[in-house]
Amino acid sequence: MLIDADVGLRNLDIVLGLESRVQHHLLDVLEERASIDDALVADKHSEKLFLLAAAQSREKDEVETAKMQALVSRLCERFDYVLIDSPAGIELGFKNAVAGADEAIVICTPEVAAVRDVDRVVGLLGNRFKPQLIINRLRPHLVRRGKMLSVDDVNGILRLPLLGVIADEPEIIVTTNRGEPLALQTHTATGAAYHAIAARVAGEDVPAPMPAAAKPSFAERLSAFFGGKRR
Amino acid sequence: MIEFLKRLFGQPGSSATAKERLRLVLMTDHLELAPEMIEKMKRDLVDVISRFVEVDRDRIDVTFERQDATLAMLANIPILSVNRPNGNGTHKPPEQPAPLPEASAPAAAGPSAAPPSAKAGSDKPPVRKRRRRKKSQRAAPAPAT
Repeated sequence: MLIDADVGLRNLDIVLGLESRVQHHLLDVLEERASIDDALVADKHSEKLFLLAAAQSREKDEVETAKMQALVSRLCERFDYVLIDSPAGIELGFKNAVAGADEAIVICTPEVAAVRDVDRVVGLLGNRFKPQLIINRLRPHLVRRGKMLSVDDVNGILRLPLLGVIADEPEIIVTTNRGEPLALQTHTATGAAYHAIAARVAGEDVPAPMPAAAKPSFAERLSAFFGGKRR
Repeated sequence: MIEFLKRLFGQPGSSATAKERLRLVLMTDHLELAPEMIEKMKRDLVDVISRFVEVDRDRIDVTFERQDATLAMLANIPILSVNRPNGNGTHKPPEQPAPLPEASAPAAAGPSAAPPSAKAGSDKPPVRKRRRRKKSQRAAPAPAT
C-alpha cells in the first residue's frame, strides 16, 4: 500500500503508470468526500499493491496531522506495509507524512547538498523512527575515478543502517517514461536491487544490494592514461 | 613532463573535497542545532576552570570558528582572581591576585591547560583571555607570545 503524501505535487501515480485511474485522492479521504476503498487505486501489475494518490490542486498545509495519523493507522490494519512517500522539505508536509509512521527510510544521492539535508532530516526524525538509508543514483564509474562520493563516504558521515544502493541507470528513465517500474524487471541488476531492498525492509536476511563497480571503459582507461583532468 | 606526471598521479578527485566540506559543514550544523549542548559544555567548562580560578561567569563568550581544515572552539573566559594553590608547597603564593600569566597557576591547571596561548601583553589587569582549541589537528600552534 502506497500513500503519496506530497500534496500539491502528485507524482507516484504517473511513475507507476496509474495516472488515468486516479478518481479520488488523499484529501478526499481525509475530508470524508470519498471512502478509502473508493480512493485506492489498484496497481496494474500486482494485485496486492494499492496507491492512494496525493491531491494535486491543494496544498500541504491543508492536511490535518491528526487525521493523517488516523488514516495511516486504519490502513495499517488492512495492509502488511504502508509506505508513505514524504514530500521534500521539513515543513508541515514532512511532519504530516511522518505523523503516522513507525519507521523511516531516507533516500540520499551522493551529493553534498543531499547528504547535508539527509543529516538534518535524520536529526529531526530522532531515534523513534530507526531511519535506514538507501543511496540512490550512484554512478560507479565516477566513484571509481574519485569524482563522486562513494557509499562509504556518504555513510561514513550519516552512519545509518544501509538498505541498499541503486545505481543511476538510463533504464530507470526509460521505464519511468513508460510508467512501467523497473522494479518489476528482476532480471536487470537494478530491478534485482529494488527487490533486495524490499526483501530487507520485510526483514529478510539478504545482503544490501550494491552496484557492480563497472569496469573502466577503453576510452576511460585511455583518458586516465593521458591524465584526464579530475574535477 | 612533471606536469604530465602530476596530472597522471596527483590531484585527488573532487569527491575528497566534497567529503571534507561536508565534514566541516555538518559539524557546524550540529553545533548550531544543539544550543543546549553548548550551554552545558560552557557550564561544565566553567565549573572545571572555577576549581582553580575565579571567572566572570557573565562575560564568558564561546564561539566556533572555521580555521582552514578544522573547526575550533574559542572560549573567552575572563578571570577575576586566582585561588591560592594549596597542597604542594612548591608553589609560592602570589602576592596580588590579578594579572598572572603562565607563572600563576601551573600546579592547579596542570598540563592540560591550553598551550601557551594567552597573549599576555594585551591583558587588561583582571581579565585574561584564554583560548582553547577543539578538534585541532595542529596540536600546538606556534605560541603567539
